[in-house]
Amino acid sequence: MAEVKNKEARIGVFVCHCGTNIAGTIDIEAVKEYAKTIPNVVVADNYAYMCSTPGQNKIADAIKEHNLTGVVVAACTPRLHEPTFRNATAAGGLNPFRFEMANIRDQNSWVHMHQPVEATEKAKDAVRIAVAKASLLEDLVPKSVPVEKTAMVVGGGVGGMQAALDLADAGIKTYLVEKSPTIGGRMSQLDKTFPTLDCSQCILTPKMVDVYRNENIELLTYTEVEAVEGYIGNFDVTLRKKARGVLTPKEAEARGIVGGGCTGCGDCANVCPVIKPNPFELGMAPRKAIYIYHPQVSPLIYTVDFDACVKCGLCVEACGEKKAVDLEAKDEFITVKVGTAILALGYDIFPIEKKFEFGYKNFDNVITSLEFERLICASGPTGGHLVRPSDGETPKRIAFVLCAGSRDNTDTGKPYCSRFCCMYSLKHAHQIIEKIPGAVPYIFYMDIRSFGKMYEEFYYRIQNEGAKFIRGRVANITEDPVTKNLHVNAEDTLLGRPVDLEVDMVVLAAAIQPSAETEKTRRLFGVSCSQDGWLLEAHPKLNPCGTTTAGVYLAGACQGPKDIPDTVAQAEGAASAASIPIHKGEVELEPYFAQCIEEKCAGCGMCVYQCPYQALSLVEKNGRTVMQVTEAKCKGCGTCGGFCPGGAIWMQHFASPQIIAQIDAFLLGGEQ
Amino acid sequence: MADENWKPKIIAIICNWCSYAGADLAGGARIQYPPDIRAVRVMCTGRVDPLFILKAFQDGADGVLVSGCHFGDCHYLEGNYKAAKRMFLLKSVLKNIGLDDKRLRMTFVSASEGAKWGMVMEDVVKTINELGPSPLNELAR
Repeated sequence: MAEVKNKEARIGVFVCHCGTNIAGTIDIEAVKEYAKTIPNVVVADNYAYMCSTPGQNKIADAIKEHNLTGVVVAACTPRLHEPTFRNATAAGGLNPFRFEMANIRDQNSWVHMHQPVEATEKAKDAVRIAVAKASLLEDLVPKSVPVEKTAMVVGGGVGGMQAALDLADAGIKTYLVEKSPTIGGRMSQLDKTFPTLDCSQCILTPKMVDVYRNENIELLTYTEVEAVEGYIGNFDVTLRKKARGVLTPKEAEARGIVGGGCTGCGDCANVCPVIKPNPFELGMAPRKAIYIYHPQVSPLIYTVDFDACVKCGLCVEACGEKKAVDLEAKDEFITVKVGTAILALGYDIFPIEKKFEFGYKNFDNVITSLEFERLICASGPTGGHLVRPSDGETPKRIAFVLCAGSRDNTDTGKPYCSRFCCMYSLKHAHQIIEKIPGAVPYIFYMDIRSFGKMYEEFYYRIQNEGAKFIRGRVANITEDPVTKNLHVNAEDTLLGRPVDLEVDMVVLAAAIQPSAETEKTRRLFGVSCSQDGWLLEAHPKLNPCGTTTAGVYLAGACQGPKDIPDTVAQAEGAASAASIPIHKGEVELEPYFAQCIEEKCAGCGMCVYQCPYQALSLVEKNGRTVMQVTEAKCKGCGTCGGFCPGGAIWMQHFASPQIIAQIDAFLLGGEQ
Repeated sequence: MADENWKPKIIAIICNWCSYAGADLAGGARIQYPPDIRAVRVMCTGRVDPLFILKAFQDGADGVLVSGCHFGDCHYLEGNYKAAKRMFLLKSVLKNIGLDDKRLRMTFVSASEGAKWGMVMEDVVKTINELGPSPLNELAR
């Protein structure tokens, strides 16, 4: 393992200017000259951009010329360029794990911009700390593990469906897991899509059918992720198939019911006596206790709502010989093995009633944009006739309140822009002008953000169609108790005067937030989130589909508000990224494994309980009980090593002597 | 008791996935904070052996910061819980050897909390400045 471990350490230090990013604050020459005085340092150099080809060549050349045993680069952060410099180290003929980085940019020059003297001192310390570690680094070999040739997509909205289709078309067996009884997601609730105004369902349902028919996709609707174990290439995902109470034709066949299973005829729902609000219609239409969301669901299989079902058995009778209804169904658990996973968890509408000034849920005629989508949709609860909830009349004056809860730095709102509200509100304005003769849309906006392809043109079109734009954030909305009309109070910031506008209906472009399942699911997959709960990409610019958990990728609005084209584009990117390890067939794991120093191990077994991955066990060796590591299970956190009372655990690359050397180097100095 | 030129020596042992990333993010956002802290990166705060911290104090550190992921957010499931337990116990040990337990601090800063990292830096430096040099400092010399 440690071929040159005992050879006297010979370290090369390379200080990067990063243009003026580092050199603008830190005295590079002083750091370089200081580095030459640190024990074990045999060469120190500097360069404008160490990550450039000439910079990397300097490293490789110095390794050969000075017979180095370790390399330190003082530059940006190892989270950005550790792989680059490891490759450069390897190019010089040294084991890449003999490289150590000193972070003098992200955690120094950028955060101490006005303190050049202190920053330079800190950089010297950082180099000394890195040299101390580099002097003790040893050769390590990454472990190659085979990758399971299957993938999983969690979330069956348009993003998840696209990702699953791409993976499946690339020849990869893909599990598409969706919590609700049908795929389609938010997009299936929309009427038209901006700026082309094509019907949402018309472009979505062919995809839903493709997913259902694709032989490489195993569609698991009404299913939730229960547990995730393993690592890239080898995830074991436990799924809860919620009791659906209705058998698919396949399931019926498995039970020996010939020609049975649900055909989607709906006879069961016709006789069901229980009526519940349909969440797909946002509670504006009824459904039975045995239901489908809407006629275009995929798969077309009914679902029993066991919380509402009174088990009268009428549906079982109505189903007859098909014997599809099973009111005794229980949740089932299955575990599948996948190589990579994509999270496409989507978004929810922010509970805009929290912004009480808008009066949502208090005033009948204040609705959200998603409710507007259902009301204006031909397949919606009113057959596409926009009506006022208070009296069923057609509204003529409609106010659209943009940034309702978005771009709002109060405690109740969301600070971010929800990104697609401007555009769908323009679309809504167009729809009422088109559908209701004489109707006038009033759009209260802060800024119209029409940034996409053909979006600005769409904005002009709506302006020309006669929509009224009032630039000002709505302060509050009040209701006339008799007419149920609404007064929208705002300041018109262009005219500099207050506005009190009486309208028949208010549509709130409510903010969006991560879907309810996001928090639980991201924790299962070990994915971080931003302060607002959106899932965190591996790099905001250069790796927007990846996460810090290798083998887990992101698609769509779960990573941040996104419209349909952006969601589909990211889904295709995530599918491509998720297929790479699968097509490669194996991945390299960083070799930060725990090792047992057997002569020190007392066999107490405390570490076995510390390990979150059950990677450690006690074995008999030469008549003694010692700990043994299963490398394939070890993820290198070092929790065992932090606990071992005997110091008997050697954490590769983060070994106790290496860390203590860093602490000593900082606090006890180390000048020659 | 502290002389005019005294600057606190503070070491931060921080986890790769959350706090180190948060510290990098603070850099990207150019959040300015006092330059008195030196960082040592580990993969997880679970790696932090209490001996590291005792060694740091023995070497003359005026303060030690251990910073990891938020509870429930650990990249390795539960390393930060275990670290927090150890730090809690270690604080009582520090008191017994005559060190103010405020010299050891554990914080939880996520990869998206660059601004919080800046505040933690400010706060730790302020605390140690108020406490002055470690009483073990003289022994270490």
